[in-house]
Amino acid sequence: MSHQPDRQEYNITAYTENQVGLLNRIAIIFSRRKINIESLNVSPSEIEGIHRFNIVITETEDVVSKLAGQIEKQVEVLKVYYNTNADVIWQEMALYKVPTDVIAEKASVERLLRENGARAVVIRKDYTVFETTGHREETDALIAVLQPYGLIEFVRSARIAIIKGSNGFNSKLREFERREPGEDVAENEFLNSRDAVFTM
Amino acid sequence: MLNNEPTTIAEPEALAAAAPSDMEEALAPNATGAVAVLNILLAEGVDTIFGYPGGAIIPIYDALYDFKDQLNHVLVRHEQGGIHAAQGYARASGRVGVVFATSGPGATNLVTGLADAQIDSTPLVCITGQVFAHLLGTDAFQETDIINITTPVTKWNYQVTKAEEIPEALAKAFYIARSGRPGPVLIDITKNAQLQPFHFAPYKPCTHIRSYRPKPIVRTEYLQQAAALINQAQRPFVLWGQGVILGAAEQEFKAFIEKSGIPAAWTILGAGALPTNHPLNVGMLGMHGNYGPNVLTNECDVLIAIGMRFDDRVTGRLDKYARQAQIIHLDIDPTEIGKNVTTAVPVWGDCKETLPLLTALVEAKSHSEWHQRFQGYMAEEVDAVIKDELFPTGEELTMGEVLQQLNELTQGEAVIVTDVGQHQMVACRYARFNHSRSNITSGGLGTMGFALPAAIGAKFGAAERPVVAIIGDGGIQMTIQELGTIMQTGVDVKIIILNNRFLGMVRQWQELFHTRRYSFVDIASPDYVTVASGYHIAGQRVEAREDLAYGLRQMLEHPGSFLLEVMVAKENNIFPMVPQGCSVAEIRLR
Repeated sequence: MSHQPDRQEYNITAYTENQVGLLNRIAIIFSRRKINIESLNVSPSEIEGIHRFNIVITETEDVVSKLAGQIEKQVEVLKVYYNTNADVIWQEMALYKVPTDVIAEKASVERLLRENGARAVVIRKDYTVFETTGHREETDALIAVLQPYGLIEFVRSARIAIIKGSNGFNSKLREFERREPGEDVAENEFLNSRDAVFTM
Repeated sequence: MLNNEPTTIAEPEALAAAAPSDMEEALAPNATGAVAVLNILLAEGVDTIFGYPGGAIIPIYDALYDFKDQLNHVLVRHEQGGIHAAQGYARASGRVGVVFATSGPGATNLVTGLADAQIDSTPLVCITGQVFAHLLGTDAFQETDIINITTPVTKWNYQVTKAEEIPEALAKAFYIARSGRPGPVLIDITKNAQLQPFHFAPYKPCTHIRSYRPKPIVRTEYLQQAAALINQAQRPFVLWGQGVILGAAEQEFKAFIEKSGIPAAWTILGAGALPTNHPLNVGMLGMHGNYGPNVLTNECDVLIAIGMRFDDRVTGRLDKYARQAQIIHLDIDPTEIGKNVTTAVPVWGDCKETLPLLTALVEAKSHSEWHQRFQGYMAEEVDAVIKDELFPTGEELTMGEVLQQLNELTQGEAVIVTDVGQHQMVACRYARFNHSRSNITSGGLGTMGFALPAAIGAKFGAAERPVVAIIGDGGIQMTIQELGTIMQTGVDVKIIILNNRFLGMVRQWQELFHTRRYSFVDIASPDYVTVASGYHIAGQRVEAREDLAYGLRQMLEHPGSFLLEVMVAKENNIFPMVPQGCSVAEIRLR
């Protein structure tokens, strides 16, 4: 596949009903187009009973906007937003298991862990589990640091992201629940209100 | 298909006993899940069901035994036939088609029809039986994960495992299937839910789902922008699709066209929304569409697309498609706007609402010079293609002359149901349609085997109209078993088999693009008239031109179904043609 320079990471945020099978319905929108989901997190949202999907993919904006439209078209999806990394506050959490004796014996390791903002979650005789939270580069950096000291296990969570410009979903949901919602909800978000261009 | 019962059969009494003992008297069970299903169908106005029984749906069929006077169940010969029949019913009537099938193979046999209905936006509610809830995931007899199998090919689906879920699930199913951009819905009901007695409260249809907005608010600024573009256009051109029919906006569309004076061309699913002989109807779009509409797509200055989705068979090569034109797109589905072509003005909405608003804003015009361009191209096409197709002088019969003769006899009043391939293109190009909902064909999916069952369904959906199925010798053999459904129900369907002893469309491509390497396209046929007679269906074979008119008349005048096999030229090609990878302006006349 040829490299497209305008491809970048996008954070797709979907507010949905809590429904069995919806994860599959959303996942196949990507797999049908042979697009790899790089990170997927499903969690509660600020509203009880409403779920929030955070999906990360690397694509062009044209593709992402079409995918967002396809997701929002699903009956049980309330609303979909997509944002570049600059538009969100995002975090990923990572866990690292290392032999305790190495940590205990080598002061340099302890220093490195501190420098990387790692925190011990469990300390046992045979192994210790550290945790860091941050951007991909940060959690990656600590792998490289710990590798020479016998990193036993590593795992990283999916990305969670908060949209900087969002006012939350509470007022929106009330609109959705109305039989005849106002224009903001009934009209699509794809309409860029500033220059009145339909960008979907 | 096996219909063996699972070895464990739960008795309704046993399930009733398991119900919570503290149930209020007012909420005492008054129906089983199965009985509720049938009452809901009646409440939703269903009169016809196409189906096939089997182990996991026996409780619903058992209940159906008592509803025989109110619900007409059509026993098909294969579930695929059942769902295509429901599609034909829905397309002819504008109502939701309903299908029953059992679990496992019964359910998987629906998949092609679901995909067809999804891509052609046909409203269906399919109810499948499923194994007992406690057996889910155990590889039980006739268990398949039909919810996950059908997720990509349904607008919505849901698995019911308790009887109490049935009213809400079915209410949502009908609402979702018929509202917004219509589509197929599948409800999978486990056998215990069908058997379970529960309190069935008076049924309330669904009218609102908070996460689902079938109808957008119409924004007037876009209508004003659209009208401004249209009013200043020198060469405006309208493309319409099935959205006009699905929105029941035929009159609104006609009013718009007649006031604005804009020439209008149709996609194959849009055919009939404006009568064929309307002076502003300039013909068919796409790969085998008319010459003028294709060439002039690349010369118009404003392109107004109404309820169509710029399918690749319509646009040809996309980067050379109408680049000079500003495109106004009216559609109810926002994901269609800007999907394939760049839109200058998006008019998101139900065209039944948006068209009258637009009509009010556009100036009355005639665009007569622009019209003459279409007429000029049509004259060229008549000369190069149509004349020889409809009035051939060679010895062999053409598909076109069959359509021409049929038009003479039906005068455009018939519902024409077609399969997929050369005969489909000929029928769409040449059949006359006076009314909307007259052209029923598998458009998006291109499903061979669609026509025979769809015609059966169409006749149930439009009993007062003559229904003529036109099918190739390939497609008929894919669902020929549905002759049994015709036999048993006595439904009056006229069947024309255009037999060229080839899988003609593939053969045409092999001839034109693969140096005539005819790889597995010469398909043998049984003696169709004999096969029909085995099903007690009258039939006739026509091999010579002098017998054609008589054969067609005999078919149409026959009381009841009739199969007419017409032996047509083996190696005729469909032209004009936009070869794959070419722009619409590169359409070939020969």
